[in-house]
Amino acid sequence: MQYMVLLFGEEYPEPGPEDPGFEEYMAPWAAFSEAHEAVIVAGNALAPSSTATTIRRVAEGQDTIVDGPFAETKEVLGGYYIIDVPDLDAALAVARDIPLPAGSIEVRPLPEGLAV
Amino acid sequence: MTEFSRELTRLAREESGRVLALLAVRFGVDLADDAVQEALIEALDWTVVPDNPAAWLYTVARNRAIDRIRRRAAAQRRERSVAVDLAVTEPHAYELHDQEEVELIVDDDRVGDERLRLMLLCCHPALSTEAQVALTLRLVGGLTTAEIAAAFLLPEATLAQRIVRAKRKIRDAGIPLSLPSSLAERVDALRSILYLTFNEGYLARAGGNGARIDLMAEATRLTAMLLREHPRDPETEGLLALELFTQARNDARFASDEIVLMEDQDRTRWDLSLIEQGNRVLRAAASRNQPGPYQLQAAVAACHANAREFADTDWSMIVSLYRRLQSMTPSPVISVNLAVAIGMADGPQAGLVALDEIAALDGYHLYWSTRGELLLRAGRVDAAGDALGRARALAANPTEQRHLDRRIAHAAGRR
Repeated sequence: MQYMVLLFGEEYPEPGPEDPGFEEYMAPWAAFSEAHEAVIVAGNALAPSSTATTIRRVAEGQDTIVDGPFAETKEVLGGYYIIDVPDLDAALAVARDIPLPAGSIEVRPLPEGLAV
Repeated sequence: MTEFSRELTRLAREESGRVLALLAVRFGVDLADDAVQEALIEALDWTVVPDNPAAWLYTVARNRAIDRIRRRAAAQRRERSVAVDLAVTEPHAYELHDQEEVELIVDDDRVGDERLRLMLLCCHPALSTEAQVALTLRLVGGLTTAEIAAAFLLPEATLAQRIVRAKRKIRDAGIPLSLPSSLAERVDALRSILYLTFNEGYLARAGGNGARIDLMAEATRLTAMLLREHPRDPETEGLLALELFTQARNDARFASDEIVLMEDQDRTRWDLSLIEQGNRVLRAAASRNQPGPYQLQAAVAACHANAREFADTDWSMIVSLYRRLQSMTPSPVISVNLAVAIGMADGPQAGLVALDEIAALDGYHLYWSTRGELLLRAGRVDAAGDALGRARALAANPTEQRHLDRRIAHAAGRR
């Protein structure tokens, strides 16, 4: 069964590949990916929410394109994984290992037949 | 009650959870629950009680589950649908072990594991607390939706909706029927659900609504069941002992629907056999040397239950138990209880000092009624009247309101 794991957190400046401390910053994420390689189908980080563009639709043909994420919230979607595991308990066990420093991690099943 | 209806109630309460646990492993919770309900409805047509009602229930429910899968599979073939179904789709695979499973159902010891899984499934943290309570009573306790709704004074449709949603989430989110790796954590959750249910029953009695099913008895039965499936757990023993001691006082807690304070209760109406059971279970817990909050609460209840007269109550023991409880699980409610005990052990003035140290309980009626009673005993009648008045304004339960009215009148009479 596949689950999408959505990572929400407060945005903070992350070190880029050139910056000092980048290796240390990435190490736990690399360790997580390695530890759960067998069940991770896909996954990525998103660029900061300041790069987001949102299409707001109230009715057909009335799209407005606006800057930023849809809602004003402190926690924004920062990345995701798709994992393939037997059940919710297994999915939660993997998700608990994600080295997100603070925030929330939402685990949702991909309905059978829609799996990647 | 006729022999039939007695046997049917017993079948629904005591056997259906066991049968459901076995069927859920094979067919999924949703289908298993529907099948057991169908079988129970069929049991209404009994003309004689079968030799082994549990085995009968198992066989009929299993056949209904298989019928449904067949019908569904046929419908799918007709529609050439590719939709994947919720549960297992190969009914013939389950007919092979027919006899073996019917034998299994009469052997309670071997069902234990399945039933524990079902109990733990019901309190999975992915479900809301309300859903956990409803599912536990429904699937493990074998209560009908109507009974649970009546117990919680909710419309039946609300309860039914809650159960349907919970079962749907179990299916769609892939919540497994397996023993979790963090077993201790989940048993903790299950205990708190049973405690919550028990307390709901305790408060309901104060509401004076006799029509509700006895949630206290149900919670106690399920706690005993948990202890059977997950034995030698001192906190589960503690909870069971607490429930037994509390239930033992039931008949004396009310006189014509009015609250009778512990000191005025007719102790000859306490149920000595329940107290003896409670003592036995609590001794077993204590022998394991792993004290915890439920055991401490049970120990407090034991101090009361084992005092022949109110004057025999060992208040200094109760004070020390509440102190330990407070350091383990600090809460303002425990602090109020501690203040009451101190007031009994060392006099009302000491109790008031302890009460003064508690912050942020202005909105809690028991804080004010406790203050009122202590002031009354300290002879400060006017202040007592004011405190009791504040308690009266905050109390929501009519029985408690009437009780406070009497105390206010009593305080006024002493002016």
